[in-house]
Amino acid sequence: MLIKTLKSSDLKESDITPENVYMNRRELLKGMGFLGAGVLLTNSASAKAIDWFNKDEVAQFKTTPLKYKTDANADKLILTPEHKVISHNNFYEFGAQKHQPAELSQGFKVNPWQLTIGGECDKPLTLDYDDLFKIFPLREEVRRERCVEAWSMVVPWIGFSLADLLKKVSPNSSAKYVVFETLHDPEQMPGQADRRLGGGIAYPYVEGLRIDEAMNPLTLMSVGLYGKTLPPQNGAPIRLVVPWKYGFKSIKSIVSIKLVSEQPQTTWHKLAPREYGFYANVNPNHDHPRWSQASERRITSGGLFSRNRIETLPFNGYGEEVADMYKGMNLNKYY
Amino acid sequence: MGNKLTTSHKVLMLKAVIHLAALLPLFNLYYLAFNDLLGADPVQRVIHFTGIGAFNLLLVTLTVSPVAKRLKQGYLLQVRRLLGLYTFSYAFMHLINFLVFDLQLAWSLFFNEVLKRPYITIGMIAFILLAALAVTSVNSVKRKMGKSWQRLHNVSYLIIILVSVHFYWSVKSELLAPLFYILLTSVLLAFRYKKIKALILSIFVNKTRG
Repeated sequence: MLIKTLKSSDLKESDITPENVYMNRRELLKGMGFLGAGVLLTNSASAKAIDWFNKDEVAQFKTTPLKYKTDANADKLILTPEHKVISHNNFYEFGAQKHQPAELSQGFKVNPWQLTIGGECDKPLTLDYDDLFKIFPLREEVRRERCVEAWSMVVPWIGFSLADLLKKVSPNSSAKYVVFETLHDPEQMPGQADRRLGGGIAYPYVEGLRIDEAMNPLTLMSVGLYGKTLPPQNGAPIRLVVPWKYGFKSIKSIVSIKLVSEQPQTTWHKLAPREYGFYANVNPNHDHPRWSQASERRITSGGLFSRNRIETLPFNGYGEEVADMYKGMNLNKYY
Repeated sequence: MGNKLTTSHKVLMLKAVIHLAALLPLFNLYYLAFNDLLGADPVQRVIHFTGIGAFNLLLVTLTVSPVAKRLKQGYLLQVRRLLGLYTFSYAFMHLINFLVFDLQLAWSLFFNEVLKRPYITIGMIAFILLAALAVTSVNSVKRKMGKSWQRLHNVSYLIIILVSVHFYWSVKSELLAPLFYILLTSVLLAFRYKKIKALILSIFVNKTRG
């Protein structure tokens, strides 16, 4: 007899809100008539209509369907709608406002791509674009994503475990931390070229994990979402997903993974150490200095009134899988 | 007589333009927000839009008198109250958006945040001061208040400074927009250098005498 025990972190049907309104959005847009244009730059559709400055219209980035093993929980769930997952992004390389990455990244070239994995290991490795999708069988993982700004989504990622990748390069005994780096290419990433767009953070973007965090089965290297390869605004062609940490840890468009012996200096931590810790574990009991982390707004379908403010859970609800790694640590000191 | 008529016509037309310019974006904003057409996070968008809108209107309100003086167009002063009231309305919606749509009427969290987060605290102080100016903008109240009315309404200079700091402290790393607003604020206050200096001096003198 098969007994399926749900872990407390598994998503239940009640966690998700229905997705139906957005199917009608084109109709609503048409119905909006003259008010849509001119008055207010609100969404990409109306923005496009009056974007006099956009000389050459860039074609939408093409994503391709992936073969993967589905998440057993996935079909029971209703997720943050795909159009919201791919239009609301913190990816300062393509603009610091949430809607900008989707607008400014569509010409981004992901093929050819090179991801190097090196540092304190015996068998350093370089992966080309095609390798990213072939090196391991891909699987779907539906995960909650909690932004440090106190909003959250539920996203069906596709990818493989970072642990599998790291095992392949045989880390040596000095490998205590893992450092990740985003592509630095100001010609393709306008936020890196223009401080006004890029939000004043240092580039290239750097993130890091302790080696045991990197080896945790929950830590995913994602190459896709919603059944297809990642669009650029979500970190194409390959990104990190660390669902028990605030979103800024989940670095996008990675070109380098390096095993190192010392805790690395990471981008947001360097910019404002009091506000963004190295660990950045989701923790309702440790507020950001400027706002509470006790609850969050789950981004779902629907307008102003259908928003859900929900309690934030320690480790974003993945405590069973990860809390052991932090036993005896003062999480208010190592936030 | 003919001249007077054109002036009142000018004021009327200006007011009509202000009504439209202030109300149309708001209607558009909430239409889009209620129908989920305002990006993935309509709450954040309405909060930011009404916040920046209030700041813009406050800047315009405080631009009126230096411009009227320079161009010798005294009638322009007649639209200041309307602009001020729209500033208050946008600030009110900014607060409502935060309380109703963001915190979803979690009152204890609201009071906690107002007291605990410096940028929200000074935003709230600015709002309360704006409310005081809005309430006392009625003609009959203004008449009753006499000289103290002007003294109260000089608080607008303090409000715009508070609002600048509120904006500056609220952002994560993108400081350029708040810095630009601080620059605009400084320019507007510089036009009133003498008046503000006298105001500060009078407070200082009163204090040392008291």
